[in-house]
Amino acid sequence: MVKYREAHLDRVFAALSDPTRRAVLSRLARTRPLSVTALAEPFDIKLHTVMKHLDVLADAGLIRRAKTGRTVHVEIAGGSLHPAVRWLQRQERFWFASLDRLAAYAEARERKAQERDR
Amino acid sequence: MTSVSFVRRIAARPAIVFEALVTAEGIRSWWGPDDGPAISAEVDARVGGCFRVRFRTADGLEHECVGEFLEIERPERVVMSWRWIQNGRIDEHDKVSRVEMRLRAIETGTELTLVHSRLSNEESARAHESGWDGALQKLTRRFSTTLGVSSN
Repeated sequence: MVKYREAHLDRVFAALSDPTRRAVLSRLARTRPLSVTALAEPFDIKLHTVMKHLDVLADAGLIRRAKTGRTVHVEIAGGSLHPAVRWLQRQERFWFASLDRLAAYAEARERKAQERDR
Repeated sequence: MTSVSFVRRIAARPAIVFEALVTAEGIRSWWGPDDGPAISAEVDARVGGCFRVRFRTADGLEHECVGEFLEIERPERVVMSWRWIQNGRIDEHDKVSRVEMRLRAIETGTELTLVHSRLSNEESARAHESGWDGALQKLTRRFSTTLGVSSN
């Protein structure tokens, strides 16, 4: 049982270690089930590569795939993410976006200060 | 302990970066979950003073975070508590966390280290039991990001 759980955790963390896969999960967490093509759209990578990422996420139990006719829809597997992981993702996104703005703000003020000193 | 950390180099002197961390104008200009900066910020940057910052995300929803300044060492260190507020109420799923920002003067300006950590609580005790804790530490190391020097 413990062995099984550890193997599962290894798969979860291996799946989450890649920024594209984290971005795919973040996107799925905010939307209804998406077709593979729609899901791949914002990512600048080949469909084949997206499919490989989806295999890794599905093996880790983080997403579910369902076939309707010829279209495969992908959705996040409910409750598959530990709350702490969701928290990490949320804060990572928050600060990642914010730090660029901090740099822009401080650097503009630095330039102004240097002009004043001249 | 579960945490996210970032190291960022900024082409501005520490005193200028520090102001952006502890003034309402500064915080409003950079805190935010997506493209938009904060819509309002109340900031009382004294030890024991509070902050309350509101955001609107691209989906039109408003979010707030509140906290208290725990330590202030001008111009090199700020520690604050942090909590999300949803619809005016404290988010029950979100325990109090801790944000520490450290500034270091470097040749090109300032190196900022930001660490946002969840405090130990019942949830992390449970996580520890089920083996999540060690795994999360691994994950945290993978998440730790060193961003490049900004162009200037």
